[in-house]
Amino acid sequence: MSDACIERHGASVSSWRCRIVEHRRVNERYRYLRVEADAPLLQMTRPGQFYQLKCPVTVDHEPFLLRPMSVYGIGPENGAIEFLYNVVGIGTQSLSTLQAGETMDIVGPLGNAFTFNDDFRRVLLVARGVGFATMAPLVQRAVSCGIGLSVVMSARSPEHLLKESFLRGADASVHCVYDSDGTSAPEAVETWVRRLMDNERPQAVYTCGSHRLLMLLQRILGDYPGVVGEVALEQRMACGMGVCLSCVRMFDCEGGRQFLRVCRDGPVFPIRDVVDEVVFV
Amino acid sequence: MPASGCFAIEYREAMDLNGLGALVIKSVSPKPRVGNPTPRVAEVRGGMLNSIGIPSKGLDHYRREILPAYTQYDAPVVVSVSADTVDEFASACEALSLPEVSAIEANISCPNLEADGMAFAMSPQTTCKVVSAIRRRTRHSLWVKLTPNAGDVASVAKAAEDAGADAIVMGNTVLGMAIDVRTREPKLGNVMGGLSGPAIKPLALRLVYQCYRAVRVPIIGCGGIQSAEDVVEFMLAGASAVQVGTASFRDPAVMQKIIEDLGGYCGQMGVGQLRELTGQMKLDRQLADSWLHIAQQSG
Repeated sequence: MSDACIERHGASVSSWRCRIVEHRRVNERYRYLRVEADAPLLQMTRPGQFYQLKCPVTVDHEPFLLRPMSVYGIGPENGAIEFLYNVVGIGTQSLSTLQAGETMDIVGPLGNAFTFNDDFRRVLLVARGVGFATMAPLVQRAVSCGIGLSVVMSARSPEHLLKESFLRGADASVHCVYDSDGTSAPEAVETWVRRLMDNERPQAVYTCGSHRLLMLLQRILGDYPGVVGEVALEQRMACGMGVCLSCVRMFDCEGGRQFLRVCRDGPVFPIRDVVDEVVFV
Repeated sequence: MPASGCFAIEYREAMDLNGLGALVIKSVSPKPRVGNPTPRVAEVRGGMLNSIGIPSKGLDHYRREILPAYTQYDAPVVVSVSADTVDEFASACEALSLPEVSAIEANISCPNLEADGMAFAMSPQTTCKVVSAIRRRTRHSLWVKLTPNAGDVASVAKAAEDAGADAIVMGNTVLGMAIDVRTREPKLGNVMGGLSGPAIKPLALRLVYQCYRAVRVPIIGCGGIQSAEDVVEFMLAGASAVQVGTASFRDPAVMQKIIEDLGGYCGQMGVGQLRELTGQMKLDRQLADSWLHIAQQSG
């Protein structure tokens, strides 16, 4: 398996013992977790990268593997990293029992970051569900560089959409769509995105959290060849470092189709390289 | 040293590979393979299941693109080979008997296409056949990796030794499966897969002990090891060295930590050299007789 098309990951990986600084419920689905390590995680971590979390063994749950989790926020303290996650399985259930003051080991930072040009004038972020957490560091990066933000957020219903948690005070042109009123249907979203592409002229499009939105953006970007398009993908992982070959997906890469490791060659990939469906024969 | 399936060059980012006893590279198969369908791993209590399927781009690609990265370190390089037939196994091992390779590990736990997919190491006869064929084609040190799925591993180990193996690697993952009770789908794309991790450690330890009683060549223990104490346990049961696999997925620098902790154990326990531990489990050979004697006095 060849290495990534673009190498944007760090040169070394370590396990860090972190203190839980803050851990609270955001809504019925999501939890906010802030940890701090005695290490310069602020300098080391870039938007789009992830850490592997050693979720605690509890009376009810015994997670064995580490859990990959994308970074929701970085800093401002030197060793601070934030996560925002959805409680779905035994790993996140046991993670949700951790209290402020307790410790947890995390491994990372892992994976390739989003490519981001500080000279961009405007970027478009398209997020669904907890995918917004992965892209939240891009919002802060854009703000710090004075780059304009166009945002499309999709969720089941207004109460599931965490606009403020995503923007964190950033000024952006935001369009929200919901399953509950039908506005998140692909045709409706396509109309909106095309309008944004023509009127606000973003130079890059980033997405995370929905395969349907991803394929829609791939189709739209076919008409905008000069625009950068990147997606952060999710996949079940074991090692998180590219060793075990468990998280592979097929991509169009280097003139042919090949399996790449989401953890190592990604999790950020060019939207144009994603292959819609892989059927094993 | 690492267990082959759980090791790749990326771990150089997490630890100093020069400190390892050997670098055992992920198995290569002479025929290109794409690997198994996803999901390829599933977590279970105390371990994990995997059905990766040994993705391979063939021997030329391996020699050109994979091997060179490993030969830059002080640690000897061990090439793990997997193949579908006796002839393929023998010629692949011959082709990889290169000066920069210190030993060949024949992963005969993989399916034998000449025997309905049953692994070579499932029986002493097929083990003898494949190991003899490899032995005729290489003068390199030959390690033979057995499977815990065999009924009588002691006989299989003896067959491997008689056929010319220089060491026995005991063992590999245990065949298992898991089903999602909500979707009713298997948790692995390949339905069945190999169980690894601390869940199989007592089983692997027993197999090492049985092999130790059956053969004279060194045994490399493998199965669920994640700490220095686990290593000592395997050595006491008869291992001369050990491989660490799944534990690296939970801590990419775990092997380095285990090596450091082994130094601490030796210091505390007054052990001069680790090799003194091999096969030194204390057994009271009169225990059964004494017990019977006492038992006879009871009602």
